[in-house]
Amino acid sequence: MSFEGGQRVRISGRSHGGHHRTPDYVKGKTGTIVLSHGPFTNPETRAYGHDGLPEQQLYLVALAGDTKDRVYVDVYEHWLEEAE
Amino acid sequence: MHDRGGWATAEPIVREDHELADWEVLMDAIFGALGARGVMNVDELRRGIESMPPEEYERASYYERWLYSVESILEEKGVLDR
Repeated sequence: MSFEGGQRVRISGRSHGGHHRTPDYVKGKTGTIVLSHGPFTNPETRAYGHDGLPEQQLYLVALAGDTKDRVYVDVYEHWLEEAE
Repeated sequence: MHDRGGWATAEPIVREDHELADWEVLMDAIFGALGARGVMNVDELRRGIESMPPEEYERASYYERWLYSVESILEEKGVLDR
């Protein structure tokens, strides 16, 4: 699955015991894809001495919110789900 | 805690840069060399930092965290022993 700019997504709320780059404070939140940064090696395996392949798409996601401040976070594709 | 750089605090955020001590520049260079030689990578560096006991993480400065991580990852790989 890949995502397009403007698409609504939900960041997975699953727990993950090992190293990963999805901050706890964005898990389970919804937002909008801003852009794709392209493919990057997977830090979840690379953190344990592996090559991080296959590469995963990394997206810039703007979290939904009604305040004047907005949280932007980079999230790997396998942490994203389509949202309504 | 590690994914926000620590616990929430009411203390003001220090926004000024500070002069780096020689050992901090050296720490950066050592990690750069280990990465260039393929001995360890930045994701391992981050995992090592995340493995610090929370109170030690809070107490440590930026490059002290790097030092902790490089030592523990290199020990794990059998490059260093204690």
